[in-house]
Amino acid sequence: MSSLVIRDLHVAIGEKKIVKGFSLTIKSGEVHAIMGPNGTGKSTLAKAIAGHPDYTITGGDVLLDGQSILEQEADERARAGLFLAFQYPSEIPGVSIANFLRAAVQARMAEGEEIDATAYYKRLYSKMDLLKIDRKFTSRSVNDGFSGGEKKRCEILQMAMLEPKFALMDETDSGLDIDALRIVADGVNTMRGPNLGVLMITHYQRLLDYIVPDYVHVMWDGRIVKSGDKSLALELEAKGYDWVKKELALATA
Amino acid sequence: MTETKSLVGAFTPEVFATHLASLPPLPKWWLDRKRAAYDRFASLPMPARTDEAWRFSNLTGLTLAGFSLPAAAPSTPHAPIGIKKAAKLVFANGRLHAAEHLAGDLAGRGVVVGSLYGALVKHEGLVKEHLLAQPPKLGSAKFSALHEAFLADGAFIHIPRGVEIDDPIGVFSYALGDHVAVFPHTLVVAGENARATVVEYFGSGNDTEAQLAVGANDLYASHGAQLTYIGKQDWSHRALSFQSNSTVVRRDARVQSLNLHLGARQARHESLSQLQAPGAFSEMLALTVAESDQEFDQRTLQIHQAPNTKSDLLYKNALRGTAKTIFSGLIVVDPDAQKTDAYQSNRNLMLSEEAEANSLPGLEIQANDVRCTHGATSSRIDPEQEFYLQSRGIAKEQADELLTFGFFEEVLNRLASDPLHDALRALIQTKFQK
Repeated sequence: MSSLVIRDLHVAIGEKKIVKGFSLTIKSGEVHAIMGPNGTGKSTLAKAIAGHPDYTITGGDVLLDGQSILEQEADERARAGLFLAFQYPSEIPGVSIANFLRAAVQARMAEGEEIDATAYYKRLYSKMDLLKIDRKFTSRSVNDGFSGGEKKRCEILQMAMLEPKFALMDETDSGLDIDALRIVADGVNTMRGPNLGVLMITHYQRLLDYIVPDYVHVMWDGRIVKSGDKSLALELEAKGYDWVKKELALATA
Repeated sequence: MTETKSLVGAFTPEVFATHLASLPPLPKWWLDRKRAAYDRFASLPMPARTDEAWRFSNLTGLTLAGFSLPAAAPSTPHAPIGIKKAAKLVFANGRLHAAEHLAGDLAGRGVVVGSLYGALVKHEGLVKEHLLAQPPKLGSAKFSALHEAFLADGAFIHIPRGVEIDDPIGVFSYALGDHVAVFPHTLVVAGENARATVVEYFGSGNDTEAQLAVGANDLYASHGAQLTYIGKQDWSHRALSFQSNSTVVRRDARVQSLNLHLGARQARHESLSQLQAPGAFSEMLALTVAESDQEFDQRTLQIHQAPNTKSDLLYKNALRGTAKTIFSGLIVVDPDAQKTDAYQSNRNLMLSEEAEANSLPGLEIQANDVRCTHGATSSRIDPEQEFYLQSRGIAKEQADELLTFGFFEEVLNRLASDPLHDALRALIQTKFQK
């Protein structure tokens, strides 16, 4: 059983404070959804935890299985078991998906140990079959000229290959039509299980129809202001974010 | 006396006389040309700061002193890289060291892959017509003359009319020993509608040998011929290298050349393409990995001499450490070369803050109905791409290496042959892992 503990986290970009005292504990097997309006710090939270160099942690801590990861580079955090599914995955011309994933798998092996190419391809193809991805995909350059749906499927394929302990999924539903959304959600649901914890960031309730969360949290102005189960998402959908705003105003008044 | 010495360095008249005396019996016209070349070499000045053709070059690093003509080498570090070849020549210190003869019935069909010494006697007409037949136009007249004067043996490849060879022909040139000077040469003549690939490799005995390499090649593609040339320069990191390549493309012929620059302390590479008849196409490609304090100086000239000709140049440099690159390219379109289609592009990937890339693209168009574009860019690793790779567990160094390969892939993808593509990739990789 693994745990990801985010404790009173404060994150800034330059002088601007974005995340202001965010706390949450995720355990293996749990799916947490973070909902909130634009500009409330959801994506910043995900990127800061993943180790993006543009984001400064000004306070708090993030612990993976009890160890703080804040001193680690992004690649160390990934090897420790974190995975960020990007809202806007980078396009990398000239680097094939097969070579890219191979480098990522190799990076997880002990020094001096070489990847077994046959076993690697076997595993890659079985994951692709599972996600209904054409094998020709592997020779294409990473995300280069991909449609929105292809990019997100490529993220899910990477996640399936790298088998993280915790996945931070940043607006995985953005830019997807309903068919693509279904495929991506099927992929996540396939991976769901006792060994994976998920933090799913979304703006809309729609994604949660396909990936049903165990917990739903509402993020506002850089921190969680309300938590509940999946019914909270439905309530939000019905009443809108203004409802949260009003509740907050009442609470602070 | 002092003046003469500074103009010729180690290559004194006495050393030249020794060189001539070491040659096997060769035709008089060739020996006369060598003597004339030596006189040109000895009288031409070293490049000066004011020479436009040497703009940005490190002139203090250019020295002709302290080198000597090498003795025969007892062995070479040559090791096969797993590509099936139609034939192979291995040169060490200017002498033919080993040869793998033509596969199958190619010899019977008139294909020649052999030494220049042999060809000067047996194929005198072809050699006389094409060997160093194009005047140096890119600034290295002095070094071209030095090459011609001291050229010992080299490779001669002739593919007669209509003969197509699938597997590449390999030419390997090694410089072995500290302070040796070598003058490799490869002459390729492709007859009408002939097709062949020539892969040339330049290497040293070890990476600490200070050496001088003054090489050249001549590629001649007759009507309808298709020639692919790949040059891999991997001299010692203390070598000073000058290479001057000349390509002549005749009607409907196509030449693709890809030069990979890895070695040498300072390397100048001049590449001249002449599109002499309608339908001629020259594709000029280069990849450079410049690191530590290396300097790579590339000068190119695409001359369109006939209508409906095409040239496409793409030179990509990746720079690390305090390395420096210079690209100076010129497209010349003659007045009657209408419907010319010419491209020239130099792209630099800066992997270090201290590296320096200089680009001097140029056009000289005298026809009015042409399409010519040129451009040069320098960029750094995109931090978002780097973060993306790192977020998958790939360490920064490997991420940058992957991104550099991605940057090079556009050039490597132009090669039709997958084994060659992979071999070049592997060669670049070994430089990254040093």
